[in-house]
Amino acid sequence: MQNTLRKALKPLAAVVAAMAVSALLIMAAGQDPLFIFTKMLRMTFGSDYGTGQIMFRTTSLLLTGLAVAIPFRMKLFNIGGEGQLLAGACAAAVAGIAVPSWLPSPAGIAVAAAAAMAAGGSLGLAAGWLKVRYGVNEVISTIMLNFIAQAAVSYLLTAHLAVPSTVHTPDISQAAVIPAIDDVLGIWKRSPANLSIVLALLACVTTWAVIFRTRAGYEMRAAGINHEAAAYAGIRTTWYQLGAMAAGGAAAGLAAANLVLGYKHSFEAGLTSGLGFSGIAVALLGWAHPLWIAVSALLFGFLEYGGLAVNAYVPKDIFMMVQAVTIILIVVSGIRK
Amino acid sequence: MEAVGLSGITKRFGTFCANRDVSLSIRAGSIHAIVGENGAGKSTLTKIIYGMHAPSSGSMTIKGQPAAFSSPRDAIEAGIGMVHQHFMLTGGLTVTENIMLGQERQRAFGLLDTRTSAERIAAIARNHGMEISPDTPVRELSVGEEQRVEIIKLLFRNADILILDEPTAVLTPEETGQLFRTLRSLQEEGKTIILITHKLDEVLRIADTVSVMRKGEIVDTLPVPGLDKQSLARMMVGRQVLLRVNNPPAQPQKVVLDISALSLRDHRGRLKLDNLSLQVREGEIYGIAGVEGNGQSELLELLWGMRSRHRKPEGRITVDGRDVSGMTARDIAGLGVSHIPEDRLRHAVIADYPVPENLIFGRHREQRFQRGAGFNRAELDAYTREMTEKFDIRYDPDPALPISRLSGGNQQKIVLARELNRPGLRLLVLAQPTRGVDIGAIELIHNTIIAARQEGIAVLLISAELDEIMTLSTRIGCLYGGRIRHEFSDDDVIRGRRNQREFEQEIGMHIT
Repeated sequence: MQNTLRKALKPLAAVVAAMAVSALLIMAAGQDPLFIFTKMLRMTFGSDYGTGQIMFRTTSLLLTGLAVAIPFRMKLFNIGGEGQLLAGACAAAVAGIAVPSWLPSPAGIAVAAAAAMAAGGSLGLAAGWLKVRYGVNEVISTIMLNFIAQAAVSYLLTAHLAVPSTVHTPDISQAAVIPAIDDVLGIWKRSPANLSIVLALLACVTTWAVIFRTRAGYEMRAAGINHEAAAYAGIRTTWYQLGAMAAGGAAAGLAAANLVLGYKHSFEAGLTSGLGFSGIAVALLGWAHPLWIAVSALLFGFLEYGGLAVNAYVPKDIFMMVQAVTIILIVVSGIRK
Repeated sequence: MEAVGLSGITKRFGTFCANRDVSLSIRAGSIHAIVGENGAGKSTLTKIIYGMHAPSSGSMTIKGQPAAFSSPRDAIEAGIGMVHQHFMLTGGLTVTENIMLGQERQRAFGLLDTRTSAERIAAIARNHGMEISPDTPVRELSVGEEQRVEIIKLLFRNADILILDEPTAVLTPEETGQLFRTLRSLQEEGKTIILITHKLDEVLRIADTVSVMRKGEIVDTLPVPGLDKQSLARMMVGRQVLLRVNNPPAQPQKVVLDISALSLRDHRGRLKLDNLSLQVREGEIYGIAGVEGNGQSELLELLWGMRSRHRKPEGRITVDGRDVSGMTARDIAGLGVSHIPEDRLRHAVIADYPVPENLIFGRHREQRFQRGAGFNRAELDAYTREMTEKFDIRYDPDPALPISRLSGGNQQKIVLARELNRPGLRLLVLAQPTRGVDIGAIELIHNTIIAARQEGIAVLLISAELDEIMTLSTRIGCLYGGRIRHEFSDDDVIRGRRNQREFEQEIGMHIT
């Protein structure tokens, strides 16, 4: 119990320290930190629209965070969230356009989301396979796959998918659209928040349950902690390596549901920028624990939108720096146990 | 003169008291043994002397000077050196480079002065009867040689108080003899040696003084001359222990494990197993005596279906008539085979998992532990209670406590409990079952192995301890150069046991 408390306090201390750093930066930019922070709070959690914005961003980050956290249990570092998300977004758009509009909405969404997960998952699986079969370090292969995904998606978009003389695809079929929270509950008005958040939370809780409550999770954690002992106990460790990478990729791909199916209703260039990489930070801050990741995704969602909200007073880059400082502090405190 | 003086040392970890009011005086120039069961507090005490732990209370003097170390660096400066159970060497560097590490004598802006150091290392080695070639990469050394490097490292740094933690656990009888000659020679030079061990024979053979620890306290400190093994053992565990297990005559039945003409070459083509044949029958313990590195690891890997970089083996291994070649560990376990690997922490348990999770590790696919996609918690708890009671596994009842916090003996009991309890067990393969385990636990482990044999289980025992092989085995195979060079029949073994010393020598001849 005492241990858990200390474990939880460390990230908190890092966040507080990072906020102190940002206060200094804000002062250096010639503004009153207290004023900026109040402004930021009022425009984010203090407003209906702002809360919706945060939730929208949290949804994506939660999933790209999972994309890093799941393979992390197997001591695999998935840097490929960006490419997996991009492939997922492209696949979601293609599937979403192809879905006939007479299909019932849940089925249409399921098809498009499954396409996104399959696309992201196969990129993850490819990296896993390179690791298992040829011993290629997954950090290198996922970075390379990011480049490949970027180039391939951008070629597909400009040459085949985009509406002529634009950089976006046609709109997806009505059957694949995930409804906005505004339309369903009447809160977070006009914000991009949509029901994907339910999918994300479900993915989070399911991941937690699988890892900590099932026999498969028991085997997977054992294989991650001690590869050799797991092999002695008859556990097929390579399957778990492949499975973890595929599941991570699928989680990143699912984030596309939020962006394409729930928000833009089409795929466009630059839609996913940086979300895959922020996922690394989210996972690190959440100790790669599926439930803590929800908390850290919320924090990063807040910082991201909060930075935008006060952009008129101080450059939003300050809050990007805060994110990075938080991570560095976490890593430092993690090393010095 | 006093080399180390401890007075009223207490060390607490949270609520657990590892050392309680320990007072001890270690005479300069003596070989002082500290014995005790696993978890008795020996390691903690030496870590305090070596500056790795600060005592919660009490004081320490080194060579008469009050000392309070905040790190091993302070201890090293005060002339204390320690050889840990796990050696701290870098495989890719040579002996000289390893010894110089952290002590580089540099010519200003110049290259490392390896030549002078190598000469000094050779001289130290020569003076104390240690054979070592300074330019060999450490990864090519045997365990015994690695230990010599560790000792030379301390001498190179001018340590005059040497702490050795279980130094003989990894050595062959011959290497042990060599180590003891070195220790004697160091003593003659005036060095003080603190020896942590639980092998009482060795205490009687080499030490001048012995301190017995039990439950964190020093029970007594006595001069060794005049002591006998029985009374020392009694002090250690606080009760009369059987140093000889009761081993009734075996009644072997049909063959379970049949290894015939097994040969194996490694990826470079070196012969690791050479036409090895042996059979283990129901209700017998087949002991394999041998110096490590004569094919034990390779044999064990093949028996457990482990893939390695070796070439494809020739010959056959069958269990109850079924060929196991190409089978995975899981398939082999399914035939009713249990395997207790020599390196517990690396191969047999998940150090971060708590006791119940480790008690089912490798057996977690059994129906009885399952419920839905997860585990049947109630069944698991009941099973844990049953096993901890039956095997006298002692641990903090905190259910989340990782197994790495348990003593070596208790960890081994957990592995043994798990493997012996396997349903439909036919063959038990044991490698070094009592390595790093204290006397109390050894007794229980030995009795359990014999009880399993009595139930008709076939047991293959691989051990570097001749004592263990002689006490437990029905038949003994002497492994040398990857083959069974000589086999002692049931009658040979029974006869041999009547005259231990002679028998030991006879086995020794066949394995070297």
